Amino acid sequence: MSEPRHPVPDRSGLLAVRRHPGVSLAGIAALLLAWEAAARSGLLPPLFLPAPSACALRAWELLANGELPRHLAASLRRIVLGFALGAGAGVAVGVATGHFGRARALGQPLIAATYPIPKIAILPLLILWLGIGEPPKVAVIAIGVFFPMAINTHAGIVGCDPALLRAGVSFGATRWALVRKVLLPAALPMIFAGLRLAAGVALLLVVSAELIAADSGLGFMILNAADLLRTEDLMVGLAALSALGLLFNAAIGALERRLVRWK
Amino acid sequence: MSHVYPAARGHPPLTALEEIRLEVGAGEVVVVLGPSGCGKSTLLNLIAGLIRPTSGTIAFVGERADPGRPLTAVVFQEFALFPWRTVLGNVGFGLECLRLAPGEARERARQAIRLVGLEGFTDKYPHELSGGMKQRAAMARALAVDPVLLLLDEPLSALDAQTRTLLQGELMKLWAATGKSFFHVTHNIEEAVFLAHRIVVLSRRPGRIREIVPVGLPHPRDEGVRLLPAFAATVAHCWGLIRDEAQAALLAPEAAPWESPRRAGAGEP
Repeated sequence: MSEPRHPVPDRSGLLAVRRHPGVSLAGIAALLLAWEAAARSGLLPPLFLPAPSACALRAWELLANGELPRHLAASLRRIVLGFALGAGAGVAVGVATGHFGRARALGQPLIAATYPIPKIAILPLLILWLGIGEPPKVAVIAIGVFFPMAINTHAGIVGCDPALLRAGVSFGATRWALVRKVLLPAALPMIFAGLRLAAGVALLLVVSAELIAADSGLGFMILNAADLLRTEDLMVGLAALSALGLLFNAAIGALERRLVRWK
Repeated sequence: MSHVYPAARGHPPLTALEEIRLEVGAGEVVVVLGPSGCGKSTLLNLIAGLIRPTSGTIAFVGERADPGRPLTAVVFQEFALFPWRTVLGNVGFGLECLRLAPGEARERARQAIRLVGLEGFTDKYPHELSGGMKQRAAMARALAVDPVLLLLDEPLSALDAQTRTLLQGELMKLWAATGKSFFHVTHNIEEAVFLAHRIVVLSRRPGRIREIVPVGLPHPRDEGVRLLPAFAATVAHCWGLIRDEAQAALLAPEAAPWESPRRAGAGEP
């Protein structure tokens, strides 16, 4: 008789999270189908939630008659301008507070004190200062983008491997070369994380600003549709915002893959 | 020359180095040997100008033919290669800081890369290289700027034992090829004896010069030297000098303040 054998149990399944791309697609399809069925059966009144097919049809109409492109372009312009201003200022301030003692002493309490203010609450003040046109909308986005960019850049600069900083200094880098060739590249992954956060903030603020005072933009389009009880238009506005968010994320991701090639 | 770390956050002031008097001759390999926490890396950082001495001075003596030529360049234990630069970009970093013309900088970078045997890897990023290749790249970066004194801060300690032995031989060849002065810090006795003209044995906390051990083996050396009775005798002598202190360091597990990232200058986020 042979000795009893005790096979080693396979425990590898506990270590892995498997990929299931089919489940993602099936989930979305099932949701849309259920929604369509509920709408068609009359379970969902069209005023509350129109069928996805009706929304898609309406989206096509709004695209064709130029309404959707007009609002999309207005929102996009505000976001791009505000984003550029806020991100530029945020990175500059983050580098300053991250690496320069005086700037840190000056900037950190100011940022800590102003960061908790919900940015949309500043909009009335901005309208008072800048009038009711484009400038206050761009400014509120810029302010909203500034904070995550400044805070993330600061963290990235502070988190720079001290060994790299010492290497830069030991080879005789000037202060400016140190910032440009060591600190900024080291902070780049954190800066990109900041850009992703800021993109969400920008979208939130552009809609908020357009809900308050505007005659164009996706926020205005959504508010106007609700006033006129045109739920399909409202849904198209929401879908456009979702698409915009996905687009920003993809653009930032593509830029990151180009610039942060060493990861 | 001495160095005292000031008191900070619950740490009393700490004398890292005391009464250090040391000269390095032209073309000489001086190896500083000591147990962990003896201040040997502090000494190297002082010479690199990365830490200011509490008292005393550090100076290079003699006429400077080329005032643009850097006095020191450092090879770091943790390589400290810029991960966003290729090998060529890393080796060129110091040359950029010297404001050389781009053409000349590239030529000198390539020359240094050839010297350490990394041709064929010039366009690789550090994460694509093995530990030994990373440290070769770091050596090329330091040699490319042609420093008067090459500072090596435990350059082989992060490598596995076999790679370390091979790179000790490489370092010896680099010394023979360049004729530079080397100031090399290590806790590895065999490495010290293999490389050094003179071994400076430091005592533990505060670091003082315990003894300067001349190594009476002819330079440049090769693998065979490790089998000589004089090699074994010098190793045994050095071990005798630091054995008790290494034992004490083993029983004092707290990190030395210059090893704690808090003091290394990183601020709060």
